[in-house]
Amino acid sequence: MNGRPINWTALVIVVLLFVIVAVMGFLAAKWRRSTEVEGLHSLDEWGLGGRGFGTWITWFLLGGDLYTAYTFVAVPAAMWATGAVSGFFAVPYTIVLYPIIFIIMSRLWSVSHRHGYVTSADFVGGRYGSRWLSLAVAVTGIVATMPYIALQLVGIKAVLTVLGLGSSGNVLLTDLPLILAFVVLAAYTYTSGLRAPAMIAVVKDLLIYLAVIVAVIYLPIKFGGWDTIFGSAQSKLGAVSPATGKPAGVFIPGAANYSAYWSLALGSAMALFMYPHSVTAVLASKARNTIRRNAAILPLYSLMLGFLALLGFVAIQAGTKPIDLDGSVNPQLVVPQLFLDHFPAWFAGIALAAIAIGALVPAAIMSIAAANMFTRNIYRDFIRPDVDPKTEAKVSKIVSLVVKVGALVFVIAMDQSAAINMQLLGGIWILQTFPAVVAGLYTRWFDRWALLTGWAVGIIFGTVSAYNVVNPVTKAHFGGSVAPIPGTDISVYIAVSAFVLNLVVAAVLTLVLRALKVRTGQDMTRPTDYAADETDPKVVQIEKTQHFTQPGGPSPVA
Amino acid sequence: MSHADGSGYNPNGEAFPDESRVTRDTAIRGPARPAPYIGAGILLAAAILFPLMPQLYSFDAPRLGGMPFFYWYQLLWVPISAVLTSAAYWLVTKEDRRRRAEVRAGGPPQAGAASAGAGLGGDLP
Repeated sequence: MNGRPINWTALVIVVLLFVIVAVMGFLAAKWRRSTEVEGLHSLDEWGLGGRGFGTWITWFLLGGDLYTAYTFVAVPAAMWATGAVSGFFAVPYTIVLYPIIFIIMSRLWSVSHRHGYVTSADFVGGRYGSRWLSLAVAVTGIVATMPYIALQLVGIKAVLTVLGLGSSGNVLLTDLPLILAFVVLAAYTYTSGLRAPAMIAVVKDLLIYLAVIVAVIYLPIKFGGWDTIFGSAQSKLGAVSPATGKPAGVFIPGAANYSAYWSLALGSAMALFMYPHSVTAVLASKARNTIRRNAAILPLYSLMLGFLALLGFVAIQAGTKPIDLDGSVNPQLVVPQLFLDHFPAWFAGIALAAIAIGALVPAAIMSIAAANMFTRNIYRDFIRPDVDPKTEAKVSKIVSLVVKVGALVFVIAMDQSAAINMQLLGGIWILQTFPAVVAGLYTRWFDRWALLTGWAVGIIFGTVSAYNVVNPVTKAHFGGSVAPIPGTDISVYIAVSAFVLNLVVAAVLTLVLRALKVRTGQDMTRPTDYAADETDPKVVQIEKTQHFTQPGGPSPVA
Repeated sequence: MSHADGSGYNPNGEAFPDESRVTRDTAIRGPARPAPYIGAGILLAAAILFPLMPQLYSFDAPRLGGMPFFYWYQLLWVPISAVLTSAAYWLVTKEDRRRRAEVRAGGPPQAGAASAGAGLGGDLP
């Protein structure tokens, strides 16, 4: 198949919205900036938007951050291809997510506010007095984030493909629109920092809501109601595949799939707020309760995601044909194609623009978050301990560019499935930082070396298990994220089994190290830090005043 | 880890009347009452556990507007979870406000007692 015709109306709308968003991104540098701050010369300003986002901005920012373009493309694609277990688990996942972040994230906010932490690795370093543990958290975060950014590009690519772009034989020309979009993104992230995605997120989220609400009302009416839609999904997913001798997918999970279903949901929910970009959005909020208020209002996005997932079933009934440029079936084109087939070109343009812009917001936040981690937990901790805030911001800006170029090369030079495999592994890896970060918010019981060992064991186990999952059709490794617990036939999300192993190793080793009386690191935090609110003074402020009252030296609080 | 003996606390009891007297161990909240936290904990636990038990909802019937139970039940849990989380928010925030007010209005609580309140058990979630 040689190319698709270009849909000009839709393309013009997409380009127009993209330009509007780019202008907003550049203007965002001046947004909500306090007058005494000249430029964005610190990580607090550039990397956390001045730490002043209120409830609604945070709502849009987190919504734009967590519900990415890849989610919009991949979840309905999974529903379309294999059904409920690999697709609809996203709904319980994003339901249980919010009670979990309600519990843990306000504590992380408080201690970070008090100490000026910018990343979760900052907190781990301060809590355990171990820059190696902090490095482990930072490296995991950066490595897990890179393929995630690459997948956002996959989202943009899906949109460009159905629009008819990228069908040229010339490789460079094929990827030119993608490169162009990313250069613009990199430029306004560089100048405006986190303010750019925060501002753009508002536009993106409103467009997405509009597209999904219209589609969910209009399409079922057009295709004979949900009854018919679920009927054809049931027969498609129930059809026996000749390659495996098993049904093509799961319509309603049977008892054998229960453990996979709940562990995918729980593991993904626990992992999501270990990702640097989620933490960045939380720490950019103004007050301790901002994130808790958001835990109550963010589920609106989950509802939208649930209906979006069902569009995968709608596409089955609609007979959508997601044919890629090389003529193969690419499930990720299902939703963009569905919009293009069944809506007027201008509305399809809006929906496709929403998906494409939906890739820019998280890609910007992710690159900022990864850059902050590099600056704080690698550059400052290991290379230049005396770095000043201005240099920190400068380093972060440059690293954010490097990270984006890396992701771009990833998508263009390597096979798309490499990015998807890496993202799958990234989810497994990032959950292995959970014990260090979350246990640390409540207790110093765990030993730093025990946590580090548990982390390493979890990562190795998870990687090997994921490698051993073989796709029954293509015989490729990394064929999925679910594997039986060793020694049983209960299938669970690999991240969860690795996490349990990690936790057990960390606990046992803590007891051993304690018995051996190994030195524990210095804890820079105090119990009061974990309850501090925006009006409570920061540690630097307290220490400054104490310095004046006690000229003899620093206060003996440690 | 040692605690300051509370000498930095300002007995006048204003929020931060004199920054020089605030130490890092100055209590910022009074001791917790367990009830609101237990209540919030139950609400949040329900919002976590029920969507994670496919045994309860992995059925086709009854359908709602053509949608199998499996699908509409989970979509229904999105608003339920939001309501539970809001209720937990209300409980926890009310108690939090009371605890902060107590420190501002009342006499200086002992540093040890205060940090126990702000520390592990009582501060959850």
